[in-house]
Amino acid sequence: MKLFIVIWLSLGFSLANAAQPMFLEVPDTLEERVKPCTLCHGDIDRTGQDAYYPRIAGKPTGYLFNQLRNFRDGRRYYQPMAILLENLSDEYMREIAHYFATLPYVYPQPKSRAMSSEQIETVENLIYKGDSMRDLPACSACHGDALMGVEPFIPGLLGLPHAYLAAQFGGWRHGGIMRGQIPDCMSEIANKLTQYEVNALVMWLPGRPVAGKPAQSGTLAPEMVRRCRHLLSEKEIVQ
Amino acid sequence: MSGSFQWWWKGSRQMIIAIAGGLLGMSLASGQVLASATATEAVVQQGAYLARAGNCMGCHTTRGGKPYAGGRRLNTPFGEFVTPNITPDNETGIGQWSADDFWQAMHHGQSRDGRYLYPAFPYTEYTKVTREDADAIFAYLRSLTPVRQTNLPHRIRSPYDNQLLLFLWRVWYFKEGVYEADLSKSEEWNRGAYLVQGLGHCDACHTARNVWGASQDDKLTGGEIMGHYWYAPSLIAPQEAGVGDWPIETIVELLSTGITSDAVTTGPMATIVRQSLQHLSPEDMRAMAVYLQSIGKPDPARKTRRIPDMPEGVRQYLARGELVYEKYCQDCHGESGQGAPGIYPPLAGNRSVTMKSPLNTIRSVLYGGYPPSTAGNPRPYGMPPYQHIIRDAEIAQVVSYIRNAWGNFGSLVSPLDVDQSRGNEF
Ligand code: HEC
Ligand code: HEC
Ligand code: HEC
Ligand code: HEC
Ligand code: HEC
Repeated sequence: MKLFIVIWLSLGFSLANAAQPMFLEVPDTLEERVKPCTLCHGDIDRTGQDAYYPRIAGKPTGYLFNQLRNFRDGRRYYQPMAILLENLSDEYMREIAHYFATLPYVYPQPKSRAMSSEQIETVENLIYKGDSMRDLPACSACHGDALMGVEPFIPGLLGLPHAYLAAQFGGWRHGGIMRGQIPDCMSEIANKLTQYEVNALVMWLPGRPVAGKPAQSGTLAPEMVRRCRHLLSEKEIVQ
Repeated sequence: MSGSFQWWWKGSRQMIIAIAGGLLGMSLASGQVLASATATEAVVQQGAYLARAGNCMGCHTTRGGKPYAGGRRLNTPFGEFVTPNITPDNETGIGQWSADDFWQAMHHGQSRDGRYLYPAFPYTEYTKVTREDADAIFAYLRSLTPVRQTNLPHRIRSPYDNQLLLFLWRVWYFKEGVYEADLSKSEEWNRGAYLVQGLGHCDACHTARNVWGASQDDKLTGGEIMGHYWYAPSLIAPQEAGVGDWPIETIVELLSTGITSDAVTTGPMATIVRQSLQHLSPEDMRAMAVYLQSIGKPDPARKTRRIPDMPEGVRQYLARGELVYEKYCQDCHGESGQGAPGIYPPLAGNRSVTMKSPLNTIRSVLYGGYPPSTAGNPRPYGMPPYQHIIRDAEIAQVVSYIRNAWGNFGSLVSPLDVDQSRGNEF
């Protein structure tokens, strides 16, 4: 190999092309523009060599937009996306978020795992009741009674695979990678949970069938709005 | 304060500005002095514009941080620099600075306390900025809301952390002095030269650097950006980014929208376009283009150059690259590398692909990217990253292939070259 490189002079130039070929027809669509994204975020969740690639279709616009800004501005860390988003404007990212939010999405079949009745009880308490002793609201207070999220900022909890959920809780709980705004209501909550509870939650959630739609905006209790004000006070969101 | 500021007294014009600056300080302090308010407002606006041209915010703001509050880390072979807070906060910023202190930093590369500043702050170029413009920038910075933010200290490797050494470096390499107009050239040309050599600090990147981090000469000859694994091509050589034979309009289009039918700005250059160049006035962009066109060398050999015959081994190597190209790249860049003008850059006849250093091409394939969102190209199309998809050996093949297909001619690239570019993204 070395030999070729030596022979093949390190000079560089280009000759004017002989035959000018036809130009490509490129569709003037968002689908075409987000091709770099769909390489990883395809129709299905995928595991890449370096990370778990979550699906993004069908998640609320404001939530997706916030995540894009977080990646671009260094509040959530994933190098390949930070590089792609480096020079994109807020307006354009909002459009991209809206595109993915409105993509139809076929949820995967639920995957139940064997859990003890004690674990299930722990989870159901956390999800629907919370724990006032630890100042932990019920998950459903923010993520909606159907756990399908609340427009436009709060994502649903169903249809997310075990590996992705575990990684997100890991990110919130083990500092290092800051996920989301600072201070962030979700990381506060994640940090109050015990490892036992986290393990049970990430086993239970993927076993639930996906049904229903995200709740409309305006349905969050004022107390929850206050807790997440750093996210929700972003006035710039469309729809 | 040290005594080298005779500049101060250089002509009455500067004095008037200095007085205006003083008034500004007072009006900020007291909230009065309405009479001078409109004059001051104009100076502040002019300063805001010039700060754009110098891209002060780009360096003095960390990712997602408060504008001008500093904290951005700049990695260089000399260590890690952390940009300071230049908002007018009294304790953590430049709240206590006078216009003279600021001039001392911009023109002379010395901080308020007399410490020599590192040329990671491009005062080596900003020294060409006039006192009037520097004062306007200062007035603008004074008008910002103070941000209290203490940033981490620099972490500079020994022996570069030595002020005496830095002093010697300056004696050797630093040429202090405001831009001097070349009277044989037009006013427009001089304006362009002033912007390119001064505030635009183009040669902070577009120059070969020696081991001391100093520009080897001040002729925009191209160089690897230190610690970044990007190559900033020569703005003179026709085989690189010289624009000697480009129409003025095309140069303006590239630098203000980030893309033309044949070329696209990528990586750090895309960032410069987004943060700085797209905001400049059409007159200033034109002036820069006029100057850049005049320093670009023509390429007389272009039509007559012949590609040497390819050895069989090379042919086989490139054939493997062609397969990779057909599988991953052809949809966007076209069967014969023709691209889609203004959308997907052509690779045939593209100097960024064929130039001597393959660094940028390797980077594009590893990390992908979008050209900048600008007013002229608000919704750019993008290139996917292949770092997790194609193995280094195949990336080497496809890069070698596009450097030698469709009439292109460039050196081959090995998997080792690809490997060296990995993990050096920011
Ligand atoms: C190299 C693969 C890759 C590419 C290309 C990529 N992503 Fe991602 N994306 C990921 C991974 C991995 C994560 C999860 C990161 C984490 O765990 O924090 C992610 C997370 C996200 C999220 C947050 C999802 C959530 O539920 O919180 C959004 C939104 C997103 N990507 C959008 C995009 C867009 C838009 C693009 C194109 C501009 C893009 N991505 C390109 C791999 C990729
Ligand atoms: C006070 C409101 C609130 C409560 C209570 C809450 N969350 Fe969240 N959660 C959020 C917000 C807001 C986000 C989006 C964070 C962001 O934008 O980064 C989020 C995001 C998440 C995500 C990431 C989803 C994705 O697609 O990446 C998971 C998983 C999650 N929450 C699980 C839970 C669980 C489990 C509970 C109960 C133990 C819970 N949350 C309780 C507000 C809340
Ligand atoms: C390429 C990055 C970069 C750009 C562009 C840049 N700076 Fe800086 N600046 C730095 C770094 C790094 C330092 C710290 C140097 C040191 O401490 O030795 C610095 C230092 C300074 C200082 C001295 C602060 C002090 O406390 O001593 C001032 C004032 C300043 N910059 C103003 C500006 C202005 C005004 C502009 C735009 C015209 C600008 N900078 C553009 C990187 C940059
Ligand atoms: C932060 C470093 C940096 C600064 C400052 C910078 N450049 Fe660049 N420039 C680059 C890099 C890296 C490339 C190669 C990537 C590319 O082709 O866009 C480049 C490419 C270019 C190109 C060729 C683009 C193409 O693809 O044909 C031109 C022309 C150019 N720069 C002009 C300028 C001018 C004029 C300035 C000053 C106003 C400037 N640059 C300032 C780093 C820089
Ligand atoms: C989805 C369309 C798409 C695909 C597929 C694609 N590219 Fe690109 N390519 C682009 C776009 C858009 C740019 C401009 C990116 C930028 O500005 O950062 C680009 C830029 C480049 C550049 C830099 C050109 C310049 O002028 O600086 C090279 C080299 C390149 N692509 C090679 C490849 C190779 C090799 C492949 C296959 C492995 C490939 N591309 C696949 C869209 C694509």
